[in-house]
Amino acid sequence: MRPFTTITALACKLAIDNIDTDQLIPARFMRRPRSVGYGNFLLHDLRFDTDGAPKPQFPLNDPNISGCEVILAGRNFGCGSSREAAVYALADYGIRVVIASSFGDIFASNAVKNGVLPAQISEEDSARLLLADELVERRPLTIDLVAQTITVGNLVVTFSIDLVWKKQLLNGWDDIDMTRSEAGTIARFAEQDEIRRPWMKPAGAPPPIPSRRGKNR
Amino acid sequence: MTDTQPASIIDKLWDAHAITTREDGQTLLFIDRHLVHEGSFHAFDQLRNRAATIARPDLTFGIADHYVPTRPASSAANTEAAGMIEQLARNAREHGILSFGQFDQRQGIVHVAIPEQGLTLPGLSIVCGDSHTSTHGAFGAYAFGIGASEVAHVLMTQTLWQRRPRRMRIVVDGQLPAGTGAKDIALTIIARIGADGAQGYAIEYAGSAIIALSMEGRMTLCNLSIEAGGRLGLIAPDPTTFDYVRGLPFAPRGDDLDRAIADWRLLASDADAAFDREVALDASEIAPVVTWGTSPEQSAPIDGSVPDPTRMDDENKAKAAREAIGYMDLRPGQALSEIRIDRVFIGSCTNSRIEDLRAAAAILAGRRSRVPGLVSPGSLAVKHQAEQEGLDQIFRDAGLEWVASGCSMCVGMNGDTVPPGERCASTTNRNFRGRQGLGSRTHLMSPAMVAAAAVAGHLIDSRLLARE
Repeated sequence: MRPFTTITALACKLAIDNIDTDQLIPARFMRRPRSVGYGNFLLHDLRFDTDGAPKPQFPLNDPNISGCEVILAGRNFGCGSSREAAVYALADYGIRVVIASSFGDIFASNAVKNGVLPAQISEEDSARLLLADELVERRPLTIDLVAQTITVGNLVVTFSIDLVWKKQLLNGWDDIDMTRSEAGTIARFAEQDEIRRPWMKPAGAPPPIPSRRGKNR
Repeated sequence: MTDTQPASIIDKLWDAHAITTREDGQTLLFIDRHLVHEGSFHAFDQLRNRAATIARPDLTFGIADHYVPTRPASSAANTEAAGMIEQLARNAREHGILSFGQFDQRQGIVHVAIPEQGLTLPGLSIVCGDSHTSTHGAFGAYAFGIGASEVAHVLMTQTLWQRRPRRMRIVVDGQLPAGTGAKDIALTIIARIGADGAQGYAIEYAGSAIIALSMEGRMTLCNLSIEAGGRLGLIAPDPTTFDYVRGLPFAPRGDDLDRAIADWRLLASDADAAFDREVALDASEIAPVVTWGTSPEQSAPIDGSVPDPTRMDDENKAKAAREAIGYMDLRPGQALSEIRIDRVFIGSCTNSRIEDLRAAAAILAGRRSRVPGLVSPGSLAVKHQAEQEGLDQIFRDAGLEWVASGCSMCVGMNGDTVPPGERCASTTNRNFRGRQGLGSRTHLMSPAMVAAAAVAGHLIDSRLLARE
């Protein structure tokens, strides 16, 4: 995962509440392998008309913010489906930060796992930023993860982020590596748990079958 | 937490699965059941990239649902979808996972078929790469949806790092009016607290109206917890739960079951357990609810009307309402019962269980639908039962298509979609723009309300069509 510290970049203002993951990537694109790059699917049906031509009035199509790496949205960004492809679409498009007053729980967690910062700001700051003249003039924002600040012109707004997520983003850490260092603890827990809750294992379930792909490292 | 402190069911389940907690406050949870479906392929790819194996294939189950064609014609038309189903079967074989494929008698929507198999039990932690995993909370399980990276993490470790959620209790007391049910409770709650009202919370549903719900109703309610922004929703297990689980294929039997039930009885929240937020609803005030907008929070009782954005205090809400009304092609102030529909869909993990089909059939019996529509049972088992009860014939006689089991026209991945511009009365869980297909317009409601809309050709209070 690519570490995140500070970026200065243009933002796309999507002043809409409840942008769901079905909007971020419509379901019909999700059967494609990630290797095709999901950036073109981002907000597809809002961005393009039925002939596939970009809708000029949609903010992401504004040539003045081409190359934007930040999305500034309303309340409850990324609500709905757990599809991580929504984050793939953002990441592949080049988005590094989403700023909103609240996020869908699963979306925010998915975002961090892909190096995208979900920066949560207050409703008041959200309103201020969405109305900020500086943004209308399309000036870049500076997002500093260490200080947890968003700066645009003279306006400085703080954002909140789970401390674990912050650490992971700053270091580009992967959960799986962290967990593997707990292998012994997990094995001991599972052993005791089988005694405590013998009913937990599915009746009639097949015994664990070793995979053909070799051992975990 | 010590044993002497009163605890909620949420705390009890959390503590039972907590392996270790880091100094930063994240806890490693043990996962008792991991459910995978066709869409989990990204996670299997991650596994492959790391040359890793599955930690606990005995606790991992596969099922085909999102891409399963519901009609023979759509399978030939959609080779990509067939490829997704085959990909799941291949991944399951390669990793030694039991998977209920397209032609397995146990197939169905993961959140309908897995409980039927007795794989969903009280006291379990359950995850799936599907946000509606909260459905399993109906059994008193700690069940939540996860993303593809988390699916990969669970596959490799059978654990997940989580932060203890805040606890919310939603108490619904009193008696539901005849003709209303779990879907109406859920939509009423979402309208009250908002589509992000439960963000960061685990929800316990309690109160006499909740206890009175069947397991089917409880699953519908818990299913929609995610639509209120909740990480999960659950209901303390009780005799209704134990009766449902008894005798199911993978459920414990004999002495094991007795031991299990003794454990499960202890899960209920202690009388003075603390919650971070409490919401109370009077069941007797709940009416059949329909959505008019593009978020599940944009709903109203059927005797209401489309709101007027110019009369809304909150500028964001007014803006959202304006956009939704535009997309849905409605007028501010328009009576909801005037909204004409083009088609209906009965199915999805929210409302495709036998009780849902019975409720819809009760309205449709002896009547014709004025619009085309699909009825998709939630599992092959539900399909067989409905056919034994003659419900399929009622749907067919009404002019609706009785199709195979799958996610179908809820998310439109299998080719079942609502054409652009058409308006669908739907038992599903999401009315997002384009959810049921590009340019589709969705009104969410209960199965009885969808059936009534089919008969009338417009949205209507199903109680007007109910028979003695």
